[in-house]
Amino acid sequence: MALVLTEEQTMLRDSARGLIGDKAPVAHLRRLRDERDATGFSRELWKSFAEMGFAGLLVPEEFGGSGLGCVEAGVVMEEIGRNLTPSPQLSTAILAASALARGGSEAQKKAYLPKLADGSLIAALAVDEGAKHRPAKIAMTATRAGNGFKLKGDKALVVDGHVADLLIVAARSAGQPGDADGLTLFLVDSKAKGVAIERTVMVDAHNAARISFDDVEVNADQVLGEVDRGGALLEAVLNVGRAAVAAEMLGVADEAFGRTVSYLKERKQFGKLIGEFQALQHRAAHLYTEIEILRAAVLKALQAVDADAVQARVAVSVAKAKAGTVATLAVQEGVQMHGGMGMTDQFDIGLFMKRARVLQELLGDSAYHAEALAEWKKY
Amino acid sequence: MTDLDTFRAETRAWLEANCPAEMRTPMQGDEDNFWGGRNAKFTSEAQKVWFERMRDKGWTVPDWPTQYGGGGLDGARHKILREEMAAIGARSPLSSFGIWMLGPALLKYGNEQQKAEHLPKIARGEIRWCQGYSEPNAGSDLASLQTRAESDGNDFIINGSKIWTSYANYADWIFCLVRTDPSAKKHDGISFILFDMTSKGVTTKPILLISGKSPFCETFFDNVRVPKSHVVGTINRGWDVAKYLLQHERAMISGMGGRDGGRPLGQVAADSLGSDDQGRLDDPILRGQIATFDVDEAALACAAERAVDLAKAGQLHPAFSSAMKYYGTELNKRRHEILMSAGGIDALEWESERSQEGARARAWLRTKANSIEGGTSEVMLGIVAKRILDLPGA
Repeated sequence: MALVLTEEQTMLRDSARGLIGDKAPVAHLRRLRDERDATGFSRELWKSFAEMGFAGLLVPEEFGGSGLGCVEAGVVMEEIGRNLTPSPQLSTAILAASALARGGSEAQKKAYLPKLADGSLIAALAVDEGAKHRPAKIAMTATRAGNGFKLKGDKALVVDGHVADLLIVAARSAGQPGDADGLTLFLVDSKAKGVAIERTVMVDAHNAARISFDDVEVNADQVLGEVDRGGALLEAVLNVGRAAVAAEMLGVADEAFGRTVSYLKERKQFGKLIGEFQALQHRAAHLYTEIEILRAAVLKALQAVDADAVQARVAVSVAKAKAGTVATLAVQEGVQMHGGMGMTDQFDIGLFMKRARVLQELLGDSAYHAEALAEWKKY
Repeated sequence: MTDLDTFRAETRAWLEANCPAEMRTPMQGDEDNFWGGRNAKFTSEAQKVWFERMRDKGWTVPDWPTQYGGGGLDGARHKILREEMAAIGARSPLSSFGIWMLGPALLKYGNEQQKAEHLPKIARGEIRWCQGYSEPNAGSDLASLQTRAESDGNDFIINGSKIWTSYANYADWIFCLVRTDPSAKKHDGISFILFDMTSKGVTTKPILLISGKSPFCETFFDNVRVPKSHVVGTINRGWDVAKYLLQHERAMISGMGGRDGGRPLGQVAADSLGSDDQGRLDDPILRGQIATFDVDEAALACAAERAVDLAKAGQLHPAFSSAMKYYGTELNKRRHEILMSAGGIDALEWESERSQEGARARAWLRTKANSIEGGTSEVMLGIVAKRILDLPGA
């Protein structure tokens, strides 16, 4: 497959760019932050996302979605990254939709997928527990009880956890933390007894929650996929998410870079446009090169996930690792080249820096994915 | 099956039947390249057989028109051929500046007579070319070249010298930049001309480098007589041809790291350093450096693939090869620093059979030129700043 967007994908990008840039530019995030909005995103905007088909991108047509692929999802995520737009796109349209589409029973798909696609149901994936993303180390327990299980444990950094209607929870039904096997995924109503949700206000003003489960009872029909064998499903879903987050990071990096280059062309010091200084020109040209290389790696990963989510893990790790270092460089250089103005809250560039830091940690940072590559290559 | 599937199956079968086993191993050094030319020498029977079979199919230049000795493959089939060759680790049958650099420039700027004269000989490996671009005191500031070509009836008389002329001492012909109008502005008085290295007045002298070896020469022209019909493109407009050729040169250099067929760094390091009881390389910091390198190398490979696809779609920025040249050469230097670290003391040997006469150290030293030759990294960054980012005063 050629590593360029098709005509249809380009049209989707243009319509996403139009809608998101128009209705949810960086000022939109600022307003939600400054008003300490309880939801943390605009439900009205989310309705528009559903109407445009963004919410149902990965939902098969028979369940009310458009049945498109990860390349299309990535195209939308890149535009979200460009505008720092808070929305349930990652939590609901990407992670939850692919978890249900890949692992759900017919009844589960019928019950949830149409609602995800029409924007009426918000869902969140609860995986991480410690300070870093380490799915194999999941310690939260799922103990057999009656016809079902009892869930006990804590989850950290659940994206959109405080507004989610449905939680998709990864817990250990067998084995020890560190074992790749022994995980099971559960569909849990966020209002179920024993679920305690604490919204965490994060550095980037996006939504996340810490959630604790105190002997939460779930039935057997709330199991997503197979008992004890959820690890492979979880990994496949995480890979879709990682590729999508890498696409969002590409958007963050490219927009921060574009704003920086514009600033180099307008800001004068020492009687010259600062863009005339070779020290800055060379750093800008280096950054351009890094971003173009990231762009190719991200598209490769998205295409690979569409071809086969399991085989794609190497391409996905390359993209997420590269996205981590390139987005970090882009926002750091952005703030530095904006000088003192880059440190002010009034200028947007600092918001890009904050978002990049969060996205770096989400679903595995650069070191995590470089390590994954080393393990895969067996050295 | 689609036509492309059929082509892939046929190609796979043909390669399987025709590529000798010895030609499916990574090249160890420059000696393993076959460069063609009037005085061509094969290092093995397998190399000869492989070259001749590929030549006869036009697959030394798969995407050139068949009338010029090429394979006439379209983009999709060319990609399939490359993929199938890579799948079995097949070596390139012919290494050639004629293929990588002059050929594309002739296809775009040459007249029919020049194309018919030179392209088939390049495709068949009959003439080995060298490049006369850089001059002493000019370097990456290529347009300040001083070699003069003065008009004498139907001929030019060429005087001057070139430097860093790769393999000039083995080359049959040279493609050369000369100043045909000294009074014009720097870029406007240059012509692009072809001539035989056996012409009277041409001499070459190898330059010894820090690696103890060198592909490079100084080349001197003393009243060399060349017909004006050997100018490619328009007289005094050679800079257009030169720039176009440079894009191909830079694309070629950026791909060098991948083309050496080197073994994965992690394996090389594990062989010399050993692994711990969990199978991890016995040097955690070096292991991390290799992993980070592998990420960057894999991402660069995606960008190289994308550049080809963008070019096909007519969306590639003409200056993008400068970005790729910059990144690829810096990465290749990093690769060889890691190789030296992994080799440790053993990699320091210079003259011993065990070290293949210091092959690793010499290769490491050779890569230090990557970010200088073909335009320095700083020049590449300047081109990106000016032509792609449109920064002021660049």
